Amino acid sequence: MTFDSTGWESTGATATIWRGDRPVYDRGETVCVIGAGLTGLAAIKNLREYGFAVDCFERETGVGGLWNWRHARSPVYASTHLVSSKPFSQFPDFPMPDSWPDYPNHAQMLGYLERYADHFGLRDHIWFGTEVTRIEPADGGYWDVTTEVGQRERTSRYAAVVVANGHHWSPNLPAYEGLPEYRGEVIHASAYKDAAQLRGRKVLVVGGGNTGCDIAVEAATQAAKCWHSTRRGYWYAPKYISGRPADQVNDLVAALRLPLRVKQWLFQRVLRRSVGDLTRFGLRRPDHKVYETHPIVNSQLVYYLGHGSIKPVPDVARFDRYGAELTDGQTIDPDLVVLATGYLPRFEFVAPEILGTDADGRPRLHLHAFPPRYPTLSVLGLVQPDSGILPIVHWQSVAFARWLRLRESDPTRASAFWRQSMTGTDDRYTGARVKESVRHWFEIDHVRYLRALQDTLDGLGAK
Amino acid sequence: MTRTRIVRSAEWAYPPRPVNREIREALPVSDEGRPPILFVPGFGHGAWAFAEHWLEHAAARGFPAYAMSLRGHGTSGSAPRTTLRAYVHDVVQVAAGLPRQAVLVGHGAGARVVAGAMGRYPARAGVLVAPVLGGLRTAVAVAARNPAATVPALFGGALRPGRGALFSRSLPSSAARGYAARLGRASRLAQWQLLGTGRDEPPVGNPPVLVIGSPNDRLVPNAALVRAAARFGGAPLPFPGMGHDLMLDVRWAEPLDAILAWLDKG
Repeated sequence: MTFDSTGWESTGATATIWRGDRPVYDRGETVCVIGAGLTGLAAIKNLREYGFAVDCFERETGVGGLWNWRHARSPVYASTHLVSSKPFSQFPDFPMPDSWPDYPNHAQMLGYLERYADHFGLRDHIWFGTEVTRIEPADGGYWDVTTEVGQRERTSRYAAVVVANGHHWSPNLPAYEGLPEYRGEVIHASAYKDAAQLRGRKVLVVGGGNTGCDIAVEAATQAAKCWHSTRRGYWYAPKYISGRPADQVNDLVAALRLPLRVKQWLFQRVLRRSVGDLTRFGLRRPDHKVYETHPIVNSQLVYYLGHGSIKPVPDVARFDRYGAELTDGQTIDPDLVVLATGYLPRFEFVAPEILGTDADGRPRLHLHAFPPRYPTLSVLGLVQPDSGILPIVHWQSVAFARWLRLRESDPTRASAFWRQSMTGTDDRYTGARVKESVRHWFEIDHVRYLRALQDTLDGLGAK
Repeated sequence: MTRTRIVRSAEWAYPPRPVNREIREALPVSDEGRPPILFVPGFGHGAWAFAEHWLEHAAARGFPAYAMSLRGHGTSGSAPRTTLRAYVHDVVQVAAGLPRQAVLVGHGAGARVVAGAMGRYPARAGVLVAPVLGGLRTAVAVAARNPAATVPALFGGALRPGRGALFSRSLPSSAARGYAARLGRASRLAQWQLLGTGRDEPPVGNPPVLVIGSPNDRLVPNAALVRAAARFGGAPLPFPGMGHDLMLDVRWAEPLDAILAWLDKG
C-alpha cells in the first residue's frame, strides 16, 4: 500500500474531528501499529485474529525491521546468525522449516518474516514509507496519531496504539576523551556490514556483547591484527552442549524451577567443564554470576584466542592521534575502531510522561509493555530476553488484543483487572541482580517473564 | 480442552526429528484467492487416499488442494517410535509452508492430529472427517464391534480395520481390495495414545470447525461423532450409508462438496 490521499480516502476515513486547528481523520475502532518489524507483524496478525482493523505505519519500504538488511538503519552484517536456536526464534504458531539449521542466518530470518507477512496477508494493512511523528492521547482512550509522508502530515484518530518501533536502530556512541583527534577510522557496529571492511587492517573492537564477539571473530580471520576490548570478564556460552543447542539444554533446567542460586551453580559448573577457565587465554574472570548479564553465545571466540589472532584487552582510557591508551596503561595503534557498544531505545514521537520515563530515560511499564495510566497504549518488544524474542512479542500482542476485547465487552471487569494486575512496574522478571546499565534495562529471564504473561493471559480470558 | 500454555520447555528442548514429508497437490487453473486446503489422512492412510478423488475435485472448485502423509506413512520418512506430537509437528510444518493461511482437514485419527495442530497453528478453518479423537470410552465401544481390527493394537500390532468398516457395500470389491492393500500402519506409541483423549490445547486464532461423518461408521460411533462436534460447539453433518473412508467410498463427492460449500459460506 502506498500512502497517498486517494488510498487514504478509500479507507472511508473522513476529517470530521478537530484537534485545535488540525483536522483529524476518524479511524473508528481501528488499532494503530507503529513499525512493521517482527514485533509489528506479530501485532498486526494477532490483533486481526481478535477481530480488530489495523493500520500499521512503517517508515521503511519493506517489512522485517532490523532484519531487513536492505534498509540503511538495519544493523545486520553479512555473517549475522541467530544466537538462540529455532524453537526460541520463531513465532509459536508459525514454525521455521525443519530443513533450516539450528541457528538460521539473517537472510533466512528476513525470509521467514516476509513469509509470515504473506502467509497471513499482513501487507494489506501496512502503509510503507510512512513515519509516525507524534502520538497524543485524546478523550475516551483514543489516540491521535500524526504521520508524515515526504513533507505531508496527517493526523488520524485510533482506538488504541501499539508501539513496535524496536530498540536496535539508534547507535549508542560512548564519548571517549581524545576520540575527535584520533586519525584512524571509527565506525559503530551498525555500520559494519562485511568482513571486507576489516581485511588487512589493524582493528580494535570495543564491546563484549554478541555483536562485539562476532566482529572480533571475523577480524581474527580477516584483519592484520585484532584487539578486543571489554569492560569486564564474561561467561561465554557455547552454541552447543553435548551436540545439542545450548539454550535447549538450558531450558530443560529452567523447567525444573530450581532456585536461582542452584541454577547459577549448575550452569557455571557446566561452563567451567565445557568452555573452561578463560583466564589462561588472557580474559578476565567474570565479576558477576551467570544470568546477571545478557548471555554471550559464541563458540569461536575462545578458539581464536587460542590461535592468538584475537588479543583481549581492557577498556579504552583515551584516544590520541595515533591510537588508544588502555586502562592498564598499554598503548595500541589500530587503524580501524569498531564500536560494538549497543543501541539506545528512542521514542521521540511520544511524550516521556506517557511512558513514565524516569530521570535516566528508562520507561516504566508493566511487563515492560503496558503504561499503567494509558490502558489503550502498549510498547511491545521492548525486552531483552535471555532467549529469542519472537515468542515473547507474540504473546505480548495476544495479551494486548485480549485486553482490548475485554475492555470493550466487560468494562467493569476490565477496569478491576487493570487496577489489580496491570499497574506494577517494579518487577524486573529476572531473579538475578542484573547489571545496571542501559543494556540491561529490559533484561528479562524469558521463562519467568512468560510465566507472568501466562497469568495475565489467563486473567484476561480467551476471547 | 485445557488452556493454552505458553512456557513449553519440553517442546523447545526436544524438537521432533526432521523427516522427509510426502506432499501431493492439485492447484486450480486460476487463483481466485480461496484458501489452500491441507488434507491430513488418518492412521494407516497416506496422501494417496486424498489424491484418489478429493484433491482434483477441490482444485476444480477453485481451492488449492494439498494432501500429506504423516511420518511413517506413504512415502514420508520412516519413524518407528513416533508419538502424536511428531504427527502434529508434521502437519504444522506443512501448513506453515503453504503460501497462505490454510484450512486443515483431518480424517480418522488424522482429525486428532489436526485438533492438536490447531493448537499450534492458526488454521483458517478446521474440518474433522469421521474423527477418531480417542478416549477410553470410545476405544472400548469400537473394540467391542471390531475386535479383530483393534485388539492386536493393544499389544503393538497394527490397527487394521476390515474393508467392511472402511467402505460401504456399494464400493466394488476390487476397488476396496486395492485400497485395503495400500494401508500401512501408525506407530505403536501413537496408537496407544488414542486410548486417552490427550490434553489438546484449544485451537489458536478461534477458527470455525466443521465435523462430518457417517452415522453408519463402525469405527466412529455416532455418540463419539456428536461429542466431537459438541467439543467445537456444533452438531455433526451426517452422511448416512457411507463407510469410515468417506473420501474413497462411492459417494465421495457429497461430503467434499459439503465441506467446500461450508468454506465458501464462511
